[in-house]
Amino acid sequence: MGRVLSLNIFRFIIFILMQVFLFRNIGYYNLAAPFPYIYFLLALPLSISNFTLYTIAFLTGLTVDAFYDTPGVHAAACTALAWARVVFLNITIQPENHELQATPGMSEMSFRWYFIYALVLSFFHHLVLFILEVFSFANFHYTLISVFLSCIFTVVLLLLFDFIFYRKKKR
Amino acid sequence: MRNLWIFISKYNAFFLFMLYFSLAFLLVVRNNAYQRAGSINSANRVVAYFYGHYSDLTGYLNLAETNRALADENARLRGELEVSKFHNDTTQGQIIDTVSQQRYTYIVAQVIKNSIHQKNNVITINRGSRHGIQKGMGVLSPTGVAGIVLQVSEHFATVQSLLHSDTRISASLQKSKAFGSLVWGEDNFNPRMAYLDDIPNHVKVTEGEPVVTSGYSLFPPGIPVGHVISATSKGGKSFLEIPIALTTDFARLQIVYVVKDDFAEEKHQLEEASTDG
Repeated sequence: MGRVLSLNIFRFIIFILMQVFLFRNIGYYNLAAPFPYIYFLLALPLSISNFTLYTIAFLTGLTVDAFYDTPGVHAAACTALAWARVVFLNITIQPENHELQATPGMSEMSFRWYFIYALVLSFFHHLVLFILEVFSFANFHYTLISVFLSCIFTVVLLLLFDFIFYRKKKR
Repeated sequence: MRNLWIFISKYNAFFLFMLYFSLAFLLVVRNNAYQRAGSINSANRVVAYFYGHYSDLTGYLNLAETNRALADENARLRGELEVSKFHNDTTQGQIIDTVSQQRYTYIVAQVIKNSIHQKNNVITINRGSRHGIQKGMGVLSPTGVAGIVLQVSEHFATVQSLLHSDTRISASLQKSKAFGSLVWGEDNFNPRMAYLDDIPNHVKVTEGEPVVTSGYSLFPPGIPVGHVISATSKGGKSFLEIPIALTTDFARLQIVYVVKDDFAEEKHQLEEASTDG
């Protein structure tokens, strides 16, 4: 338990710092920007309760907001991501098949499962993020293109990060 | 009542989502209405601490470039000095000048956070209310215009960059003196470019013509802003939208000057009284 907690705190700090100081400066003009800090939320353990998940997601969003000068926008997006995560895990995973400490990742599941998981969750996150950031439905096609391109950008990074944490199954 | 609790706890994922999402949404709306009244922004002490260290590092790496830009500016200003001008007349004697009075003074600040890839870019600088900075002051870069002060804390201030969709700066064409407002955003998210709106159709615009501040707003008149990229007009509109190449390179912004206008309050009060009456 202590190991899981410290690993997650470590991930939180690393991903926030990387997002704020590295990925904030990377972007294709204003069309696409990566937000790989959501890897932290994707990788929270399966056994986590809904309330804890939402609280952590909200606070993570708020922390990123503080650095981005956009109060509430990332918090809302992360909350939407948390909801998508709960629904997605309910649909695709039978809880008795996995030990409770497990984290959703390529090493536990399959590559295909993780790819769809990352794609769906980052899509919801980016959709809410960009709509709230623009805060209008004018030029909606432009916003949608931003969402799709940023999604691709983020998912590629998420897959790369998951390969870093990849561990061969002990059988 | 019990059934209600069972219902809520069965679908707790949805209700928790609603709770937190509305909380976040509230933050967004409140922020839009009051122009970042909250403390969750980069003038916040903790956040500013991190950005301060980060900019120390990047500032060091860009020292050569910054030095060159400041030296260029010094050279230009030296040229403006009285002693570097040749007086081509024969009258003698000193003239005591009581006509001109200092109006604009400048506070030097260092940029500790900057962005150009957002839709609304905000700069944070390391000077605040303690150094005399107030909300709504203009901010210049060594090569042109940088933005408007948005929020001030004791040691730091946030600046609404020119690259912000709400920023409007009064600027005029140098030759024709026609003035309009300089805008960024709305389909154009190129950090080196902005549009000069509201110039009437009959004004002759030439390519490469300099664009300067008009002096109607927070900035002294004649500060360079950019130059006209193309003078072709879109048909069917009563006003021109002229694309402008900006002189300020926001990607490399290190040092800025906050403009302190000693007559700002007097001017503001007078204008306020005139519009009310």
